[in-house]
Amino acid sequence: MGSGSSRVENDPIRDEAFRGELVALIPHLRAFARTLCGDATAADDLAQDAMLKAWDARGSYEMGTNMKAWTFMILRNQFYSEKRRSWRQTQLDQEAAERTLVAVDDPEAPVALDELRQGLAMLPTEQREALVLVGAGGFAYEEAAAICDCAVGTVKSRVSRARRALHGILESGSYHRDGSAAGEAMNAILADAERLSQPR
Amino acid sequence: MIEQQPMKRSRTRSPSLDEARLRQQAIGVRLRQMFDEVVNEPVPDEFLQILRRAEVDRPGED
Repeated sequence: MGSGSSRVENDPIRDEAFRGELVALIPHLRAFARTLCGDATAADDLAQDAMLKAWDARGSYEMGTNMKAWTFMILRNQFYSEKRRSWRQTQLDQEAAERTLVAVDDPEAPVALDELRQGLAMLPTEQREALVLVGAGGFAYEEAAAICDCAVGTVKSRVSRARRALHGILESGSYHRDGSAAGEAMNAILADAERLSQPR
Repeated sequence: MIEQQPMKRSRTRSPSLDEARLRQQAIGVRLRQMFDEVVNEPVPDEFLQILRRAEVDRPGED
C-alpha cells in the first residue's frame, strides 16, 4: 500500500463522506457479524476487521452505490477467510455459539427470542446468512446473491430451506435445551408476534 | 396442553396452510427483532477509536 496509484486520488471531502456512511453502518455490521459468529466478542472483532478493510478499500468503492451491501460482502469474505485459516474454527464456532446462547440468561429477555437464537445457530451457515440477509437485513434476493457471491435462485432456495428448517426446529423443540415441551418455543413466538403487532 | 394431532389434520384444507403462513410470519417478525436488537445497541467506543487511528495512519495517498 502507499506506493500503488490505482486508487482514486486522495480526496478529503470524499473520505469524510465515506467515513460518515461507514460509521452509520457499524451497527448493521455488528448485527450481521453476530449472526455469523454467535459469540459477541468474536463478532465485534469481525465487524472491526470488516470496517477497517472497507476503510482501506474506500478508493475502490463507488460513492452512491449500495455501501451496505458492499460492506456486508467484505465482512462475509473476512468471516470465511478466517474460517478457512483455522481448521478448528467450525468446532469453535459451535462451542462459542452454544456458550453465548446459554449465557443469554437475562430473565427479562423474552423466552421466544432465546429459542429463535438457538434455532438459528443450528442452521448451516449458508442458510443462516441467506435468511438473515433477506429476512432481517432488508436485502432483496438479488442483493443477497451479490453479497453471497451466488445465483439468485440459490439464495431463494437457501432462504426457503432455512425457513422450513427453523420452523421445524422450533415446532419440535429439538434445540438444545431440556425441560421445555415440544412446540412451546413456537407458541411463545406466536404469542410475542401477536403482541408486537398490536397497535400501541 | 399440547396434544398429538393425527396426520390427517394437515390435509383438512386451508386452515393449516394459513396457520403455517402465520407461523412463518411470526418467525420473520422475531428474526427482524433479534437483528434490530443488536443494531440498536450502542456502538462500543472501540470501533470509532480504531477507525480514527486508521484515518491517521492510513489517510490515503498524498
